[in-house]
Amino acid sequence: MAVESDVIDATGPYDRAKALGAFKLGDVTFYWITRLSAISVLLILGGIIISLIVGAFPAMKEYGFAFLWTQRWAPSADPPVLGALGPMYGTLVTSFIAMLIAIPVGLGIAIFLTELCPQWLRRPIGMAIELLAGIPSIIYGMWGFFVLGPFLANTFQPFMIKIFDGVPVLGAIFAGPPSYLSLFNAALILSIMVLPFITSISVDVFKTVPPVLKEAAYGVGCTTWEVVRSVVIPYTRVGIIGGVMLALGRALGETMAVTFIIGNSFRISSSIFAPGTTISAAIASEFAESDGLHQSGLILLGLLLFVLTFFVLSGARLMLMRLDKKAGK
Amino acid sequence: MSELSVSMSAAGGLPQAPVLPDAPAKVTVRNLNFYYGEHHALKNINLALGTNRVTAFIGPSGCGKSTLLRIFNRMYDLYPGQRATGQLMLDQTNILDPKLDLNLLRARVGMVFQKPTPFPMTIYENIAFGIRLYEKISKSEMDGRVEKALRGGALWNEVKDKLNASGLSLSGGQQQRLCIARTVAVRPEVILFDEPCSALDPISTAKVEELIQELSEDYTIAIVTHNMQQAARVSDKTAFMYLGELIEFDDTSKIFTSPTDRRTQDYITGRFG
Repeated sequence: MAVESDVIDATGPYDRAKALGAFKLGDVTFYWITRLSAISVLLILGGIIISLIVGAFPAMKEYGFAFLWTQRWAPSADPPVLGALGPMYGTLVTSFIAMLIAIPVGLGIAIFLTELCPQWLRRPIGMAIELLAGIPSIIYGMWGFFVLGPFLANTFQPFMIKIFDGVPVLGAIFAGPPSYLSLFNAALILSIMVLPFITSISVDVFKTVPPVLKEAAYGVGCTTWEVVRSVVIPYTRVGIIGGVMLALGRALGETMAVTFIIGNSFRISSSIFAPGTTISAAIASEFAESDGLHQSGLILLGLLLFVLTFFVLSGARLMLMRLDKKAGK
Repeated sequence: MSELSVSMSAAGGLPQAPVLPDAPAKVTVRNLNFYYGEHHALKNINLALGTNRVTAFIGPSGCGKSTLLRIFNRMYDLYPGQRATGQLMLDQTNILDPKLDLNLLRARVGMVFQKPTPFPMTIYENIAFGIRLYEKISKSEMDGRVEKALRGGALWNEVKDKLNASGLSLSGGQQQRLCIARTVAVRPEVILFDEPCSALDPISTAKVEELIQELSEDYTIAIVTHNMQQAARVSDKTAFMYLGELIEFDDTSKIFTSPTDRRTQDYITGRFG
């Protein structure tokens, strides 16, 4: 025993330095691996932006800023006339309507699941929501085309027209000949597609509210609705808005289902039951048979979507900051 | 009665609240049993909280004192599988009545929790929020009520210049007093304190204790505490609980100087618990 310990003593300091050296090497390697991973994100993002700009350059040079407010889209004219107003309008309107529907419904489901739902019903509903997120978007498109479209055209739109006939603004929004393919159909499908995002994130953040905080609110005599409105939602605001932004990002960029049911018309109509198009739907339906200036115009549309998404998301972030200020943080 | 208080304060080494004459009962508990699912957590509890008196509940962890407190405002109702049997009266109201309006009950029986629980809003709103649930009053009237409540919570001087700051920006002790002010603002009849000082430093603790004493002039108070000195300092009556049973319930001075039950004796002298 004594001999053994002597040996260790003699070589101890040397070994320790070497061992630490090995650790150090591992640390440096680790640092560089993580750093490269982080940098790769910037590189990929930068690369995408640059290639978009390069591809879009001919169209930018040809049309300038007029591209933004030109409604006409005639790629086979000579020279081709291209304008992004229709697709931009369609993208914003469908996303807006989708969020208008999905936010209250999604939050409602989340509140029901976390605060009110009997235990035995929780899992089935939760699983149904998750399955909803797993349905491929082409299925949504087909369903919108064969089921939702006919229903909207034959039943829902006539009903809305009957109610709002003659009302100044609303009348125009619901007017027009019935069509299976419409902005509203696409918006409805989008709202179903983004619902799981909003619900599952809201459920997760609602679960982070400390039970004692809810008890305190019940303790001053709040009803469940008051607890949710004044404590649960303000407490989880950041998380909810995060979920909404994620959903919005998806709604703005969703392509397949929308291309199927939106009708691909570049004309802007005041009616939400008229066909329209979105940026991603326009690109998807025309890119394969495009060339030259037409193709460059489509790439420019893609760049616009990129910018649009960026602005919408930073707008949401700004709103969040202002809310925080108002709450006195 | 006055000679009683003299003799009691002379006895024992612990600081003592003066003994007040027995007060009429505000809350009466008779043969109360409580179950968490199958678990029988409270067994045949009988006691009364005197009007405008402070009643302390002491006992080792898991003895059921917090459970008892949570029955007084039916907080247990939020969770499935928990139920109470027996009789529990707040004046003439049967607290255990399944048809009772719980929001109204909780306005009459306020609660302050172990950890400070300010709502995620401004200091002003933290107070005004509870008031608005029951009363529609003008802005100026509300300002007055908020100030009065914050004064009641001994917090006004510290926060009067930052009423629009978030309630979460206050220190732990201030947050707890904010919660007390919020409870007081609703004008309850009974206030329940569930270990209100366990997350506070000694100075904040002293402030909250002082506040509890002041509040007892207007409210009936029940306090659960792990700190026996605290029970001795603030309460008029003390209940010692053990394993879901009420072992002894008497004047605080009596419990801490000459308890009748062996287990009470062992607990207050620190032999277990």
